[in-house]
Amino acid sequence: MSTTLEETFDLGETPLRALNQRLHDLAGTSGGHVRVTNPSGAHAVACGIDAELEVDVDGHVGYYCAGMNKHATVRVHGNAGSGLAENMMSGRVEVDGSASQYCGATAHGGLIVVHGDTSLRCGISLKGGEIVVRGSVGGNSMFMAQSGALVVCGDAGEALGDSIYEARIYVRGSVKGLGADCVEKDLGEEHLAQLRDLLERAGVDDAEPSQFRRYGSARELYTFKIDNAGAY
Amino acid sequence: MCGIVGLFAKSPAIEDRLGEHLAAMLRQMSDRGPDSAGVAIYRDPVAHGHSKLVLCSPRVDEDWQAVGDLIGATGGPAVRHNHALFTLPVAPADAQARAEEHRPDLRVMSAGEVIEIYKETGRPERFAELFDLSDVRGTHAIGHTRMATESRVTTEGSHPFSTGEDLCLVHNGSLSNHNRLRERLRKAGIRFVSENDTEVAAGYLAWRLREGASLQEALEGCLDDLDGFYTFAVGTRDGFAVMRDPVACKPAVMAETDDWVAMASEYRAIAVLPGADDARSWEPEPAQVYVWEREPVA
Repeated sequence: MSTTLEETFDLGETPLRALNQRLHDLAGTSGGHVRVTNPSGAHAVACGIDAELEVDVDGHVGYYCAGMNKHATVRVHGNAGSGLAENMMSGRVEVDGSASQYCGATAHGGLIVVHGDTSLRCGISLKGGEIVVRGSVGGNSMFMAQSGALVVCGDAGEALGDSIYEARIYVRGSVKGLGADCVEKDLGEEHLAQLRDLLERAGVDDAEPSQFRRYGSARELYTFKIDNAGAY
Repeated sequence: MCGIVGLFAKSPAIEDRLGEHLAAMLRQMSDRGPDSAGVAIYRDPVAHGHSKLVLCSPRVDEDWQAVGDLIGATGGPAVRHNHALFTLPVAPADAQARAEEHRPDLRVMSAGEVIEIYKETGRPERFAELFDLSDVRGTHAIGHTRMATESRVTTEGSHPFSTGEDLCLVHNGSLSNHNRLRERLRKAGIRFVSENDTEVAAGYLAWRLREGASLQEALEGCLDDLDGFYTFAVGTRDGFAVMRDPVACKPAVMAETDDWVAMASEYRAIAVLPGADDARSWEPEPAQVYVWEREPVA
């Protein structure tokens, strides 16, 4: 159902549950626009949306913003706390500032764009989602990531891609250290094309695909081999 | 869980309303720590060789005037709920010894030249009311809301923990090697009054500082000697310090404006401060010591 709905929720006056209930009631619709003001670091803002909505949040949010998002575009004009877009299924989540720990954890689909930095464990256990970070990511990012991609325009912290499966990591800057079974890999045509597409969709126009290095699984750890028994 | 807050005033306007801001921050952290709350406030330094002593009584109708006479106080009592602040014309260690000798049934919350510690069981918003933080002026403060995980909910088990003269510690996390470390520190002469893990971390810092380490060195020593997870905030005579363990699974956020520096477990505790929307905010890196201090007044 298409709608031209235009609503504003002031979280300084309206309870968070009223906002999220309204967003859930709009499930299955498309075309609406919701503005959220005065979030003041509240947790679980705009969680569990299942509609082709546009949501603008004016200010900083707390934990789990836009968690489980499906179809919606959620833009945070500020910073986000831990667990941004956790387990996202589809749609787009964009943060003007920085995001805290486990940004995009277990995301199955959709695109997350963070214009600042993310802290530790960005993309942990990623299951198909795509993440573009214009700044840097903290340690243990993409830990056990299964599929999907992370693009880091800045630097990556320690133990990048530890125990990674078939997800792809692209880093433009330095990598403080690679985790177990994560190695640098060739940047082929297929990867340059993927990078070009991701950067374009994220609206990043100050980075060239050729400036990145690719990292991924050496496939020595997750396929059990008797020679690795000592590592378990 | 547990919630930590810290506020460092950079302008007289913030100093004037420090207690009010601190109470607002604590209230935001109630959900993280509904079991008890506490604050360490730094203000009104006394001359060297004198001391400020905060005592706590199990009774709210304690005869504090008589206590003051007994310990030779020259200032006070300034009573807040079941706590009272005195000033004495002797050094902090001597002031503490006097209280322990004459009234062993009372608990020494803090002894120093600048620090005042108040802490009690119950919800943080009730604590802020009972202790009437709203009119408190000061240069800086740290606070804590506790969700007890490894020892009883008591006044002694509440944070902040005094770690020596004008020093205190608050902690979000839990330590796993505190029993053995407590025994080691007891042998080195550090005293403990609870079974609490954070008290051991406080004792560890006190011991390292006593042995000549700087605050930076003492905190970095925690990385080797403490097993567990933690975000620490340490109040000092001139400011405060923050450190997270290397894995940093316990949250912390910092923010700064021209008027203040603040740290908290969650941003919503900072959002209540004036000008928070335009503050520069960031997340402290794991295993790094952050220190804010004003220039000591000579």
